[in-house]
Parts: sequence; C-alpha cells; structure tokens
Amino acid sequence: MKVIEAMRIALRALAANKLRSILTMLGIIIGVGAVIALMSIGRGVEKYVTDQFAGLGSNLLFIAPGQISEGPPTLRANPVKSLTLADMNAVGDRSLAPHVSAVAADFQTRATVERNGKSVSVQASATTPSYPLVRSWKTTTGSYFSQLDSDERQRVVLLGADTYKDLFPNGDYPVDQTVQVNGMNFRVIGVMEGKGGGPGGNLDKSIFLPLTTAQDRLFKQKNPNGEYKISVIYASIDDADNIPLAQEEISQLMRERRGVQYLDQDDFSIISQNDLIAVFGDILGALTIFLGAIAAISLLVGGIGIMNIMLVSVTERTREIGLRKAVGAKRADVLIQFLIEAMALAAVGGIIGVTLGWGLARLVSTLFGEFQAVVGADAVITSLVVATAVGLFFGIFPAYRASRLNPIDALRYE
Amino acid sequence: MASRNNGETPVVSLRDIKKIYQMGDVEVRALRGVDIDIFAGEVVAIMGPSGSGKSTLMNIVGCLDVPSEGAYELDGQDVSRLKDDQLAAIRNHKIGFVFQSFNLLPRTTALANVELPLIYGGIGGRQRRQRAEDALRLVGLGDRLDHKPNELSGGQQQRVAIARALVNDPSMILADEPTGNLDTKTSVEIMELFQRLNEERGITIVFVTHNPETAEYCHRVVRVRDGLVESDERQTATAGIYAHGALHGAVNGHAPIAVKEKGV
Ligand SMILES: Nc1ncnc2c1ncn2[C@@H]1O[C@H](COP(=O)(O)OP(=O)(O)OP(=O)(O)O)[C@@H](O)[C@H]1O
Ligand SMILES: [Mg+2]
Repeated sequence: MKVIEAMRIALRALAANKLRSILTMLGIIIGVGAVIALMSIGRGVEKYVTDQFAGLGSNLLFIAPGQISEGPPTLRANPVKSLTLADMNAVGDRSLAPHVSAVAADFQTRATVERNGKSVSVQASATTPSYPLVRSWKTTTGSYFSQLDSDERQRVVLLGADTYKDLFPNGDYPVDQTVQVNGMNFRVIGVMEGKGGGPGGNLDKSIFLPLTTAQDRLFKQKNPNGEYKISVIYASIDDADNIPLAQEEISQLMRERRGVQYLDQDDFSIISQNDLIAVFGDILGALTIFLGAIAAISLLVGGIGIMNIMLVSVTERTREIGLRKAVGAKRADVLIQFLIEAMALAAVGGIIGVTLGWGLARLVSTLFGEFQAVVGADAVITSLVVATAVGLFFGIFPAYRASRLNPIDALRYE
Repeated sequence: MASRNNGETPVVSLRDIKKIYQMGDVEVRALRGVDIDIFAGEVVAIMGPSGSGKSTLMNIVGCLDVPSEGAYELDGQDVSRLKDDQLAAIRNHKIGFVFQSFNLLPRTTALANVELPLIYGGIGGRQRRQRAEDALRLVGLGDRLDHKPNELSGGQQQRVAIARALVNDPSMILADEPTGNLDTKTSVEIMELFQRLNEERGITIVFVTHNPETAEYCHRVVRVRDGLVESDERQTATAGIYAHGALHGAVNGHAPIAVKEKGV
C-alpha cells in the first residue's frame, strides 16, 4: 500500500525530468546493453564452435607431433620429430591399439592451384585413402582416390567446395578436368561436400591429394630415413566411452616407437574433440571474466551517476521533503520514496539496456549470418536484478539524507 | 476567563516553554518561558516584532520542533518529549499547516496536493479522493480539482493549502503569516474563509501576523517580545467585527474598531 504510493510518487518525479532521467540512466543502459549484447554473441559463437567441433566426430582422436602447449611446430627452438606413415600403421594395428577402428594420415601445407589462368592459394591436404572414412566426409561429385591411386602415385586431386567454386565459376563438371597444383598438372576426380569454417581454418578452401604422390613428386617432405612426413594422424575409436582408454594405448605405443624415456614428457599430442572444446571453454571463460569486469565498471559508474543525481534531486526538493514531513511523512516514508526513485532509475535503465543489447546482438547475427546470438533469460534477469540492486545501493545515501532533513530547515530552504 | 471555557481541557497547553539554540559558543534564547492555553474554537493571533520568537513558538505548537524545556500538552497528551516519527504522526492527525509561501507541490494537481496528508495517514482509494474533493469544495475550489499550482492565482493556491490543512480533520490549523504573499483584497478573502471555517465548523486557528487588520479577525491577540508573552488580550466578539461591514472597512483601509478587553 505505502510502497505502491511511493512507486507512484517516484515514477511521477522521474517522468517530470525525462531528459535528466535518461542521461542518468545512460551508464546503466550502456553497461547492461554491452553485457547483454556481448554475452548473447559469445553464446552464439560458443554454440557455433561447439557444433563445429561436434562435426569432427565425437570418437575421433588427433595425434600431432610435439606438445600443443609449446605452440606451433615452426616456432619451436628444437625441431620436433615428425610423425610417419609407420606410426599411423602402428596406431591402426588392432593388436597394438585394440580400440582404434580406423586411421588416416594427413600432411598439410599451403599450395597454389591454377586453372585457365585463375589461381588460388589453398590448404593442401595430402592424405591416405582412408581419410574420408575417418573424417566421415563425403564427396558431392566423383569419389575419393583409392588405395590403387595411392600406390601408383597418381596425379589426382579432389577440390574443397569453395575451391571448386573459385576454379569453376561457371559450375562446369569438374571430373577429368586438369588443374595445376604448384605448377604440376593434376586430374580432378571429385569435389568434397561443404563443411563450413571450423577449427584449423576453412576446410572448404582446400584440395586433397594422395600422400604418396604429394611427398614423392610435389612437396617432397620426408624425414632423414626417407619416410613421408605427416602433420596429423586421425584415429577413429570404436566407442566414445573408450576414448580415454584409446588415448592411453596410443600414448604407450607412440612413446615406445619414438623412444621417449621413462619420466620424460610425450613428444607428441593426442587430442580429442572434448580437449578442443575444453580449450575453447577456457577462452570463453576468460572472455566471461572480461565481460564481468566491463559490467562491474559500467554499473559502478552508472551507480555513481545515480547517486549524484539523487543528491541533486534531494537538494532541489528540500522544500518538498519539508512539506511532506510537515503533513505527516515519517522518516521511512521519505527514505522509501527516494530509494524507489533510485531503483526505478536503475531498473528502467536496465530494461532499456537489455532491449538495446538484444537489438545489437540480433543485428550482429544478421550481419554475420553464420551464427545466431542467444539472448538467455538468465542473463536478462541477472542484469535487471543487478541493475536494480545497484540503484538501491547507490540510492541509500541520498535517501538517508533526505529522510533525516529537519522539516523546519527544509521548509525555510530557498 | 475561566467562565468562558467552563474548565474544559485546552487544545494547547504550554507551560514555561523555553527554546535555546546553541550557535557555536553563543546561546540564542528564542523562547524564555512561555505559558499559553488555547481552547477549542478559538482564533488566536500571535503578533510581535521580527525575531521575537513567533515562528519558533508556532513550530513547537505545530510539533515540528520540541521545546528545550517546559511542558506541552496537545489535546491532553504530553508531546514535548516525542521522537521525530511520533511527532510526524501527531502532525498528520491533529495539525494542519498553512504557510506564507503556500508550499504546494509543483506540477501536481490541486486534488493530489490535498490528498497528501491522507496518503501519510494511510487513507486510500475512493475515500481519499472523496475527502480531498470535499475539502476543495469547502474552500470554494470545487471546479479547480485538476488545476496545477501554476494554473492558479495566489489566493487560489492558498485556498488549496487551506484545503490540505483541513482534509485530515485536525484539532487546529496553524498559519504563519498566511496572507504575507497576498494583496489586500485576496488577504481579506482568505481571512474571510478562515473566519467562516471557524464559525461553521468550530475549527481552532492560530495565526502569526504582522498585520493589525488581520488580527481584527481574531478572538484573541497574543503579543510576543524577546521570547516572552508581553500581552494576551481577548477581543470581545461583537457581531460587528465579523460582519461584512467590518470586511469592507478592512478593504477600504478603515480598520473596524474592536472592543478590547484586557486579558488575564
Ligand atoms: N534554527 C535556529 N538556529 C539558531 N537561532 C535561531 C533558529 N531559529 C530561530 N533562531 C533565532 O530565534 C529567534 C526567534 O526567531 P523566530 O524565527 O522565531 O522569529 P520571528 O518572531 O518568527 O521573526 P519574524 O517575524 O521575522 O518571522 C531569532 O533571534 C532567531 O535568530
Ligand atoms: Mg517568523
């Protein structure tokens, strides 16, 4: 009853000074707006990336040379012992690693592809024939090269979806057309299904060729023993539940093969999809802390703005306060009136901020199309509650001052 | 004078009231021992030179302030040692204030201004609106309910203030120079209104005034000097004083001749 009256009085006072009220709310509006927008975009990105990782296949392990924590191989002081086809075959051997159902090898480098004088720079993946099976990736046109193609070191190539569009802008049938990879003629035998961007770059801007052909004729990346170098081994695990077990098996096997001494660290990494998601989760966690800091600072600034305006308002309305007290307002009545005014300022600012942030998030997701911003109810409720609490906190001092005014002095105030 | 009031309890009973302000090292003795009884239905003028302590006295009588020393009984209740919030409740129920500068809430309708004491009295809804409307009708502003102060003349604004003072059915109305900001003609109208409220409804009214003509409307004139009551005179209420002739006299600058009787 009394509170409803106080709310009515407070809202009337705010409406009487619209411009000032809006300016006062600005800190809260910007703070809440920024947090809602960034949080929604962050969640959208998170969902998008998680979906991408999920697209990798949940029971896939990546085996790469060196420790990923040491950064990319090219930046390291000590050259890293590369992986070889023999490593891949060992991992794929059921008697050595019983939970691995299939393996593939991939050597990645940059290459230039040309056709009819049009040239594009792409990522070249030189793989074993098992690659599409392990990555659960299909072709839209033609088919992946066979074991025979590989054994015969055929100069055949498959194009990623985007590479196809770049080289065949008219949509010509690509199979049996010739393209030049780093100046050497290759016969196109297929086009891969579009996958979109993902971790490790846009796979659609790639080409795929047999590892044997590539390392014997094109890139000639072999280790001192004459074995093909490999960037990554993919291992399919028979069941997602067996991933930790398989990781252990592969680790044992690789340590033995690579002669890693007892107590020494692995000189290779075995990464699961969950590991990648966890790394990404850490990045998001840092982002969230950063957002929290922005929110805290802007809410603090907004709160101080509210306190400032409320102090001005109390001074301006000294006579009003005196009169209210003269006709019977108790301290609590005046206190509640000004507290509600401060909270209403903050809450209305919060609502405007949420609307603004939501609009911004929508705008960003329409502009970038790739992901959908997710405005969570929890984010909205939390920011409104926090904004109102900020109003309450910073309203306490001005409201307390108003409630303690002596009616005689207040009525005499000019 | 005992016969006049038949031994009934006074509305206001002040006994040896002192008010001392401490200004650094200096003591300002604004009131130095005031005894006054005011009875129901009386209209009292408090007069005196500037700085004599009139407003200080009114503030204590109006429960806006408490005396440094002395006893104050309002309607038989000792109110001289009450806390802020208790005083606020007493003001809400028993006292109506009218100020020299009206003190209406700006940008707020006459009706809402008059409703203010009822809000703090915890009276809501239809009853509140009804009582505020009745009070505004009583002061002759039944057709100005939704006007804001800046849409009203000075006299009308003071009528709204009077309605606000009346709306809670107080034991008395206190008015510190209520006509101080009004021209002569409007002052007469306002005094006429006070007089009517007193005659028709028996409301007790205490004025502070510098204007001897205003004092002519009162039953009793208390003169204050240097924080003490200098004189307390009852004016024999002859019919003429309250008659229209007297009012016209006041307007024309001819103060009606009051028959004075020395107070006790
Ligand atoms: N809050 C205060 N602090 C200190 N001194 C005060 C305070 N209020 C009033 N006084 C002093 O008390 C004395 C009486 O003041 P008061 O306001 O009651 O006079 P008044 O009779 O109403 O004068 P006026 O006719 O000018 O309104 C003055 O000397 C004044 O300076
Ligand atoms: Mg005064």
